Amino acid sequence: MGYKAKFKVWRGDAEGGDLQDFTVEVNEGEVVLDVIHRLQATQAPDMAVRWNCKAGKCGSCSAEINGRPRLMCMTRMSVFSEDETVTVTPMRTFPVIRDLVTDVSYNYEKAREVPAFAPPEGVAPGEYRMEQVDVERSQEFRKCIECFLCQNTCHVVRDHEDNKTNFSGPRFLMRIAELDMHPLDAHENRAQEAKTDHGLGFCNITKCCTEVCPEHIKITDNALIPMKERVADHYYDPILRLFKRTNK
Amino acid sequence: MTELERHDYDVVVIGAGGAGLRAAIEARQQGKRVAVVCKSLFGKAHTVMAEGGIAASMGNVNSDDNWQVHFRDTMRGGKFLNNWRMAELHAKEAPDRVWELETYGALFDRTKDGKISQRNFGGHEYPRLAHVGDRTGLELIRSLQQKIVSLQQEDKRETGDYESRLKVFAECTVTELLRDGDRIAGAFGYWRESGRFVLFGAPAVVLATGGIGKSFKVTSNSWEYTGDGHALALRAGASLINMEFVQFHPTGMVWPPSVKGILVTESVRGDGGVLRNSDGKRFMFDYIPDVFKDKYADNEDEADRWYTDQGNNRRPPELLPRDEVARAINSEVKAGRGSPHGGVFLDVSSRLPAEEIIRRLPSMHHQFKELADVDITKEPMEVGPTCHYVMGGVEVEPDTAASSVAGLFACGEVAGGMHGSNRLGGNSLSDLLVFGRRAGTGASEYVDGLGDKKPVIAESDVDAASRRAVAEFDGGEAGAQENPYTVHTQLQQTMNDLVGIIRRGGEVEQALVALEELKQRARNIVVEGHRQFNPGWHLALDLRNMLLVSECVAKAALLRTESRGGHTREDHPAMDADWRKQLLVCVLNAAGDGVDVTSKDQIPLRPDLMGLFEYTELAKYFTPGELADVPAKES
Ligand code: SF4
Ligand code: SF4
Ligand code: FES
Repeated sequence: MGYKAKFKVWRGDAEGGDLQDFTVEVNEGEVVLDVIHRLQATQAPDMAVRWNCKAGKCGSCSAEINGRPRLMCMTRMSVFSEDETVTVTPMRTFPVIRDLVTDVSYNYEKAREVPAFAPPEGVAPGEYRMEQVDVERSQEFRKCIECFLCQNTCHVVRDHEDNKTNFSGPRFLMRIAELDMHPLDAHENRAQEAKTDHGLGFCNITKCCTEVCPEHIKITDNALIPMKERVADHYYDPILRLFKRTNK
Repeated sequence: MTELERHDYDVVVIGAGGAGLRAAIEARQQGKRVAVVCKSLFGKAHTVMAEGGIAASMGNVNSDDNWQVHFRDTMRGGKFLNNWRMAELHAKEAPDRVWELETYGALFDRTKDGKISQRNFGGHEYPRLAHVGDRTGLELIRSLQQKIVSLQQEDKRETGDYESRLKVFAECTVTELLRDGDRIAGAFGYWRESGRFVLFGAPAVVLATGGIGKSFKVTSNSWEYTGDGHALALRAGASLINMEFVQFHPTGMVWPPSVKGILVTESVRGDGGVLRNSDGKRFMFDYIPDVFKDKYADNEDEADRWYTDQGNNRRPPELLPRDEVARAINSEVKAGRGSPHGGVFLDVSSRLPAEEIIRRLPSMHHQFKELADVDITKEPMEVGPTCHYVMGGVEVEPDTAASSVAGLFACGEVAGGMHGSNRLGGNSLSDLLVFGRRAGTGASEYVDGLGDKKPVIAESDVDAASRRAVAEFDGGEAGAQENPYTVHTQLQQTMNDLVGIIRRGGEVEQALVALEELKQRARNIVVEGHRQFNPGWHLALDLRNMLLVSECVAKAALLRTESRGGHTREDHPAMDADWRKQLLVCVLNAAGDGVDVTSKDQIPLRPDLMGLFEYTELAKYFTPGELADVPAKES
């Protein structure tokens, strides 16, 4: 069952680094994160990696495995053949801190720029009433575990560092869509702001973000495209208006 | 000390899970300047792993529910060892705390009339858990995180700076609490990223660090759960109670080995899933303890009818409190009726249609598919007990969350008392919110009461703390050097094997000997590399806490010669009413290198709360002396 796998892991820091070769034991049922932990315990005690839940729920262990952005804890070793070299590198879009750990502060800055949920006036806590079908649209986006893999993948920032100032990235554009679709949010014009303040216009709906999302959230189809459509005809949007009114 | 990074706050909250964030929100809303210090990134705390829901008697699904019923369930679940005042506050305030989350933007699943939906769970008489599919913890963390952001946005509008009143110090570990005399003066820690030290000056510190599960081999807990707050409190002079009570969640994954211990939510059973042994038998009917006989069905027909008619049927025994179910699974496996990988079968596939399973249990479906190649809509899961939660923790004042050390507060899993000897599922998230808020208030009021008598940090304490933090780089005794990973693995094995779900006096004694040896070896730990993001070093520091806390668990487990909730002594299998009256209290010993455990009396249950129970039920738990004044009401 067990075998020795060949691994290449990027090691280094902001100054630079390179891929290092390891040969390491792999047992049945293991995921890439198990192998990284085994390297820490046996060969490289100071190898830096983030993780928490080991069950795909916290979004800490994002990296690129053979060039594909993925969660290390949800990548089974069985998807690779035994003689295949597995290459693990840090997310490319964010500055490296050390080894597989990157500086993801860009995401927290963008999170802070999205105006928070505005509670409806005159509705006391405990009096909120919403239909299941109406909350489901936003609930899909709230499944987000903030792994930032979509942010890492989107070419708008991956290939153009300077866009980081004006573009919030798929995760936070989706957050705006989530609030926009929240049946009781009292903040007006979210879709407009997505365009004017958060760079929705940069997105050219390539869907690369959707493809890497470990939660299988349809970021582009369900969040970004509808929001683009709403910006296009924001002067008159009978459906959403009606929708918001009936829920208040 | 040259150029030590220093920050001054009114309140420093250690831990950014549900309790820590709720405490921080409260303190900030009370006008305090607040820092949240956490080991992981913001929003990654272990709370995200909570699946089932938040218990609160809102009565949205069954209007017979109210705080008294919730209180009774909580006390029964904890086998009446609970701090009754905490259980009372918790039951009364949980609904408000849940509703408040909606004002932060939380989106719970709804009932037909648009209210928050509530689901059944082990030990809860009515459907009581507010939930979002099976990712309720994530919703809770995200809502609190987003509320923090919203407060920061308010501060930005007023002061031009997001972080002027509330700042999160992420990936920062606190290693020591600092005192001025016997009052808290601040906290000392290091940035995980750079390894540089950081000092927080603060008259009030709120511990919200969670649990201790990483001392055990099979656990649902993440690497963060190393008993930091428990150990910090001990070292600062506070006392811990109930440390012998460790909850083994009945259903953790058992296969593949690398995911052993990962949680399988209790909602699977709440939504109809059943437990079977290798003979295909629903074995839980054989394990209903006497104290619960009148509440749980003794046959499959009645149990199945309960899902649709709770008024006229008793509950299925799969929904007994967690300690009972975990022990039952353990016994079935020992008797040779286990599943191929040493667990039992948890089956929902034959109970609900596939679409319904995917709708109600999406992340379980995903988790089993991705990690174990099991489709839970078609086949049963294999599950077994996993170390999940510690009932024990810092002894606190129920109303304010204050510990016995002035300026030190504790809330959430790191606080003890609320859950008695066993916590009910769903009572954790509500606990975090109720007591997180109370700790925020308690700390704020304490700071207000200080006036200008602010504590001062002594330079020499800071020097000592920094020396201790880097001791492991200098290497222990030549020839005896140890690797932190090896010592940790042996600690986990020891606790799992000798102080685990079923305990025997002799084995616990052995564990204590082993723990002394491990403490010795830990002194010779050497870490390689440098201080920048060095997991070996981080583990070495966390290990000190795990060792101290493990000693509490083992020592208390040896003393308590009865079985109750999360403490099962094979050599003392009965529950003993005299022990219900007693709490075991752990404090740091005089030498500062271990713990002393003593016993003290419980505060008697307030008469009106006592009156919520039938005499016959009380008689199962209390001594005749304690019931002398209780009228023997007819049932
Ligand atoms: S769809 Fe838009 S946000 Fe997503 S990757 Fe493409 S450009 Fe980026
Ligand atoms: S949307 Fe998906 S990919 Fe993006 S951060 Fe959230 S979970 Fe990760
Ligand atoms: S460790 Fe939590 S998502 Fe991988």
